[in-house]
Amino acid sequence: MKVFFKIWRQLNSDTKGQFHDYEVDNISSEMSFLEALDTLNESLVKKGESVIAFDHDCREGICGQCGVFINGRAHGPNDNTTTCQLHMRSFSQGDTIVVEPWRAKAFRVVKDLVVDRSSFDRIIQSGGFMSTKTGTAPEANSILIGKDVADYSMDAAACIGCGACVATCKNSSAALFTSAKITHLNSLPQGSPEQNARVLGMTNQMELEDFGHCSFTGACEIECPEQISISNIARMNHDLLKANLLK
Amino acid sequence: MKLDAKIPKGELEKKWSNYQANCNLVNTANKKKFDIIVVGSGLAGAGAAATLAELGYKVKCFCYQDSPRRAHSVAAQGGINAAKNYQHDGDSVWRMFYDTLKGGDFRSREANVYRLAELSAPLIDHFTAQGVPFAREYGGVLSNRSFGGVQVQRTFYARGQTGQQLLVAAYSQLSKMVASGGVTMFTREEMLDLVTIDGKARGIVTRDLETGEIKKHSAHAVVLATGGYSRVFRLSTLAIGCNGSAIWSAHKKGALFAGPSFTQIHPTALPQTSESQSKLTLMSESLRNDGRIWVPLKANDSRKAEDIPEEERDYYLERRYPSFGNLCPRDIASRAAKERIDNGHGVGALKNAVYLDFKHAIARLGEDTVKDRYGNLFNMYEKITGINAYKEPMLISPAAHFSMGGLWVDYELMTTVNGLYAIGECNYSDHGANRLGANSLLQASIDGYFILPNTINNYLSTELNKEIPGVDHSEFSKSEKLVKEKIERLMNINGRKTVDEFHRELGAVMWQECAMSRNKLGLENAIEKIKEIKSSFWNEVIVTGSDKELNPELEKALRLSDFIELAELMCLDALERDESCGAHFREEFQTKEGEALRDDEKYSYVSAWEYNEGDYKVHKEKLEFEYIKPTVRSYK
Ligand SMILES: Cc1cc2nc3c(=O)[nH]c(=O)nc-3n(C[C@H](O)[C@H](O)[C@H](O)COP(=O)(O)OP(=O)(O)OC[C@H]3O[C@@H](n4cnc5c(N)ncnc54)[C@H](O)[C@@H]3O)c2cc1C
Ligand code: FES
Repeated sequence: MKVFFKIWRQLNSDTKGQFHDYEVDNISSEMSFLEALDTLNESLVKKGESVIAFDHDCREGICGQCGVFINGRAHGPNDNTTTCQLHMRSFSQGDTIVVEPWRAKAFRVVKDLVVDRSSFDRIIQSGGFMSTKTGTAPEANSILIGKDVADYSMDAAACIGCGACVATCKNSSAALFTSAKITHLNSLPQGSPEQNARVLGMTNQMELEDFGHCSFTGACEIECPEQISISNIARMNHDLLKANLLK
Repeated sequence: MKLDAKIPKGELEKKWSNYQANCNLVNTANKKKFDIIVVGSGLAGAGAAATLAELGYKVKCFCYQDSPRRAHSVAAQGGINAAKNYQHDGDSVWRMFYDTLKGGDFRSREANVYRLAELSAPLIDHFTAQGVPFAREYGGVLSNRSFGGVQVQRTFYARGQTGQQLLVAAYSQLSKMVASGGVTMFTREEMLDLVTIDGKARGIVTRDLETGEIKKHSAHAVVLATGGYSRVFRLSTLAIGCNGSAIWSAHKKGALFAGPSFTQIHPTALPQTSESQSKLTLMSESLRNDGRIWVPLKANDSRKAEDIPEEERDYYLERRYPSFGNLCPRDIASRAAKERIDNGHGVGALKNAVYLDFKHAIARLGEDTVKDRYGNLFNMYEKITGINAYKEPMLISPAAHFSMGGLWVDYELMTTVNGLYAIGECNYSDHGANRLGANSLLQASIDGYFILPNTINNYLSTELNKEIPGVDHSEFSKSEKLVKEKIERLMNINGRKTVDEFHRELGAVMWQECAMSRNKLGLENAIEKIKEIKSSFWNEVIVTGSDKELNPELEKALRLSDFIELAELMCLDALERDESCGAHFREEFQTKEGEALRDDEKYSYVSAWEYNEGDYKVHKEKLEFEYIKPTVRSYK
């Protein structure tokens, strides 16, 4: 099939960007969205033009590296999916598809559709870990964790850090991302000794990075490829309140 | 060149503790005097960087992605092995050692494999302490499942996202050390060359992928943890950016390359559907625990799966390998699928797949249990194919997957270049000619967390208080110049063919001649073709844009230029080994029933290749089996 792309091109963070129009013919419905971009890029190279930069790696929906706005929605028209798991069968012959990078103050545009999400790494650096050292671990089964708790922790741990939650939030809040990590670690017995320091550190860093506040609109949950629940945000607020009281 | 594997003395069970008791240590106060470079932040690299920094070393860690959390380890679905014997099903360190050695068709070292099994149990403890939400039973204890090639349940898992959870744990440890200043992390920075001075690894030359700047970094030791190179086939289960460039540059600087042709072909990937496809998606092997594999008994049967009655289905793995059935090892399962497909029993639009059927499992266990065990894999399958696998069987097909080959390392994980280590999938160590499922996350993790942080001291202690050459040394400038010239050359060819076109050509040759089965004539032809691809690449390729910016085309071109050279060595290696073993199936050497025919008399060695301007020379590390007698590998 033939589709038309309207794609955001921007040389780097210091220059202004704008939309460019492209027409691509030989697209099959089996193709993933990123393969359609590959096809477009290959045709650009043939014409001697530079390719459209976009982030991707695993193409299995798990590394969290891909992610763009497609027709005004993070990761495209389907709920709870990554861009690499979106297929061209979701579009029709002759469609115009508008593609933009994630937009948030805390995510600088690096080039075209690529943004800088290192702010997420810095949030993790401020408490998203257990302070355990190699060589000191007790026998694994000496820490009993009921299946329901392990599953609850796992539901939150599933976050792939793609940034769709921030990009889709009208306040550019990183609350879903941060709260998922906090729930993952704080709900486990191994993580509880550090829970107060963790929630204080991570929420503080979230603010330093210029993410906005959460106003519980719930858009993040709909776009999250891993269906991370906004109830994690409530838990984060609860943990934060507790930590502040005990400070 | 004499290859010294440095295997410690003593009984098999005591070798690792003997090693630790006798190796040199570096005093805590002296550790801060050492700089260590770790290239790669997957399970192996992140574990190593975090642990080395915890010990007090100054670490610089590199990855090509925007964040270390995205390294390819993240994609592993199925699980990680450990000999815990929680199930009381007869598992032990010894049995795991035996399974792994046999699984690798007796082409790996006893001492290394034993250590792998020995360190597996404490590794699960370690990950649990880091907060990995492993699957649990209702009473709170850890649960297990089994993987191909073994008859016990020793695989630990975190839903279908084991790799992600282990990597995120390692990334968290790395993040902790970045915050404390112990590790300096360099993201979107790719290693393009290794710098050696007086026979020792002294640093690397990298390209900052965002600005295109060529940078130099020096250190007392360099650790490569750059993962597998199966993207040489183009279509593979690997992430798009996976490459062989770092280890290839090390190979050119003197590190021997071992068993390059041992590539695992995974039996349960999604079949290729079109030419434009960029990768093949893996469906975890754990599906084989409950799913049954079959094809229509009649060749060229075009009926739908549901219209084919039970008696007209061929459950060929259960038929051929009654004691292991659907759980036979990957090389066996892949070859058996290829055999059925080649003989006209393939299914799906392109007739290139076999069925993986959950009908019986759903009837036996109920849909809820199946959903609990494999739900996310079923979701993923539906997203990609549009098919609901609770209702009809999945279509699966073999795909290039894991690199058993890699840089040759000794027991200390040091390459043949002093001070250069290789850990995780990029080394050749524990898997021999075939890797058993769920052993790779294990190997990458113990290499990084437990082994290297011990063994590196033995070398560093000899470097104490010696001045190391800095980045202004002439070898750094030479390396930098070479890298810059290579980039300039690529940018200026201005030919007509895209990098992807060349990659598709290379991939087709490699898949045809150097994958699931090989023969002499095919390999010889492949070498000729690869040489042609190489010369045409350097005359005809077109790379647009500039080298002073984020340029994905240039990144691909640089990686492909190395893949082309590596591909030739892979074919040479496959040609040199006149036997069939594990993933290496030479058609000339098979039994009447079509099983692999190993030749221990002549080929019980690790082939380790020396680079000499394209004129490769093979060295042989003889494998001595002191504790186990290699037997014919049967899963019947
Ligand atoms: C789809 C899939 C499923 C799998 N499932 C399982 C499983 O269930 N169980 C199991 O045990 N194993 C599994 N494996 C295998 C296992 O995941 C890998 O072998 C293992 O994770 C490799 O870890 P690593 O640390 O060696 O490399 P990787 O995780 O690949 O990390 C490589 C690192 O090196 C960096 N890098 C690479 N090249 C360069 C360069 N030139 N310059 C700078 N940085 C560079 C990358 O950025 C990355 O950080 C699976 C593999 C795949 C592909
Ligand atoms: S490319 Fe990894 S999640 Fe899409």
